[in-house]
Amino acid sequence: MTLLDKLGQLVVAIVVFAAIIGLVLFVADRARGRRAELWQSILFLAPSALLLIVGLIWPALRTIYQSFFDRTSTNFTGVSNYLTIFTQPELLLVLRNTALWVVITPILATAIGLVYAVLVDRTRFESFAKALIFLPMAISFVGASIIWKFVYEYRPNQGNIQQIGLINQFLVWIGLEPVNLLLQQPWNNLLLIMVMIWIQAGFAMTILSAAIKAIPDDITEAARLDGCGNVRMFFSITLPSIRPALVVVLTTISIGVLKVFDIVRTMTGGQFNTSVIANEFYSQSFRINDYGIGAALAVLLFVLVVPIVVYNIRQMRKVNAR
Amino acid sequence: MTVIEDVAGAKPDLAAAATSPSAAAKNQLSSRWASAAALVIAVLWTIPTFGLFLSSFRPERAVKTTGWWTFFGDWSVTFSNYTAVLFRGGQPLINYFVNSILITLPAVVIPIVLASVAAYAFAWMKFPFKDTLFVAVFALQIVPLQVALIPLLQIYETTGLGGTFWTVWISHSIFALPLAIFLLHNSMHEIPAELIEAARVDGAGHVRIFLQVMLPLMKPAIAAFAVFQFLWVWNDLLVALVFAGGTADVAPLTVRIAELSGTRGTDWHLLSAGAFVSIIIPLVVFLSLQRFFVRGLLAGSVKG
Repeated sequence: MTLLDKLGQLVVAIVVFAAIIGLVLFVADRARGRRAELWQSILFLAPSALLLIVGLIWPALRTIYQSFFDRTSTNFTGVSNYLTIFTQPELLLVLRNTALWVVITPILATAIGLVYAVLVDRTRFESFAKALIFLPMAISFVGASIIWKFVYEYRPNQGNIQQIGLINQFLVWIGLEPVNLLLQQPWNNLLLIMVMIWIQAGFAMTILSAAIKAIPDDITEAARLDGCGNVRMFFSITLPSIRPALVVVLTTISIGVLKVFDIVRTMTGGQFNTSVIANEFYSQSFRINDYGIGAALAVLLFVLVVPIVVYNIRQMRKVNAR
Repeated sequence: MTVIEDVAGAKPDLAAAATSPSAAAKNQLSSRWASAAALVIAVLWTIPTFGLFLSSFRPERAVKTTGWWTFFGDWSVTFSNYTAVLFRGGQPLINYFVNSILITLPAVVIPIVLASVAAYAFAWMKFPFKDTLFVAVFALQIVPLQVALIPLLQIYETTGLGGTFWTVWISHSIFALPLAIFLLHNSMHEIPAELIEAARVDGAGHVRIFLQVMLPLMKPAIAAFAVFQFLWVWNDLLVALVFAGGTADVAPLTVRIAELSGTRGTDWHLLSAGAFVSIIIPLVVFLSLQRFFVRGLLAGSVKG
């Protein structure tokens, strides 16, 4: 396709879309009589409703249905796909890795974000210091993976070859042998998790910093006058005051972590025992072409996400209600 | 609560406490440690990006044989990595860059327009089952998009849309709708009812109220969602890979760079430059529209 063809597609899309919306608004504007508002609301909702039913609800139901069929979606096999997920050693490893991600990432990212938010709060460099930590949020998971792959890069230790990855250079500087980091099982999982922590700490810091600033001044002042030191202040005033925000951050990061795919795919492709559910879903569905297992993994993801989201939304309401 | 009551009585001590030499010294000491700790985190968080950024300007030989920290002993700078990765080779990155732009624009605009119309209906019109429908839309936010991918792909194949930009535009729009409707509804709902009533009295219908009263007031909310959706679409890999991954005609930057990382994983002069080509646009958008992004961030945190 030439650039002109592509632009042509773009123009067609804009024209088609504008025509649809124009028609909806035009017809809605003509509606008269007692039931006018009913017709208008139907017109206003129809485009979104159509897309959501055809593109989200039906596909989701279809995937649930397919998860009970074999790899080509022809023979009904009951729960055997789910049994496979929970019994086959490779897939059990995927579940273990996912558990590692979900436990470690939210805790460390939140802890680092919180500590940093407290440390830079009301200092001269606050906004600059925050921007440094927050910037990774704008970078794609793919870009972040490349950045960290470079940090982990390994060159065999022979002759005059120098390390170009920072971590291995450190190992050499302190007199150790360089290590092919991404191959070290199961520690390589932690190296991948680090990328996610790097991205999410900025999110945690932003939300928590806002929560810290919302603590009324008279409370902190009073605590100070009572002789409350910085450490005690943190544990007895700051932490309890921002509890709801803390829960929101923890659960939000967990949800993101459950769906993490880009990092694993870009860093290792799921090799060396680093696959997680979202990555395994992609491999099973589009590489191995086992639609049954793929669908079952997607459904599993769904089932794991729901309780966290429900809890998250409840807490978020509490935060917003203040 | 006792803490607060104490404040009034203790007020006169405020000045004394603040200037007491031992307290000041203690504060300074702890703030010095605090600054050091903050500095360590800031450096750790910045160095990886900085190293790759520096490498993208170093000559190929230097990048491949020496660490980026040796740059400070040998100040050679070149743009050839960028020209190489952008314009040379069988699949120059510039094409993917164009694709990313072509994918992102409609994928941001379409859901905003559709959602603002739907959000208006939810906020200001009366129709049966309104609350039930709204809760249903809200609940759809939790569906992970993995669950929808394969059946959606089959739909595109049977309708002949497979492998075109339409697949990515439509998919991103669908996945964005629940959040967009929810967010825009919330801020439309906050508009005072008197304003709508006044317009009605003047003889304006829903369409005119939507276009002339509501949309201008919705600018901040729309901007917040637009920034969020822009970063989401530009940085997305999964949707692009599934629907547009097979062909260089429509694949965006993320797909190509992930591919480069797999096939040319040791060509760090190209990878570093390529990564920054993909990072620069969202970074600029993010830095210039940061305040909108922070708003959209929390609201949209469970998407995907």
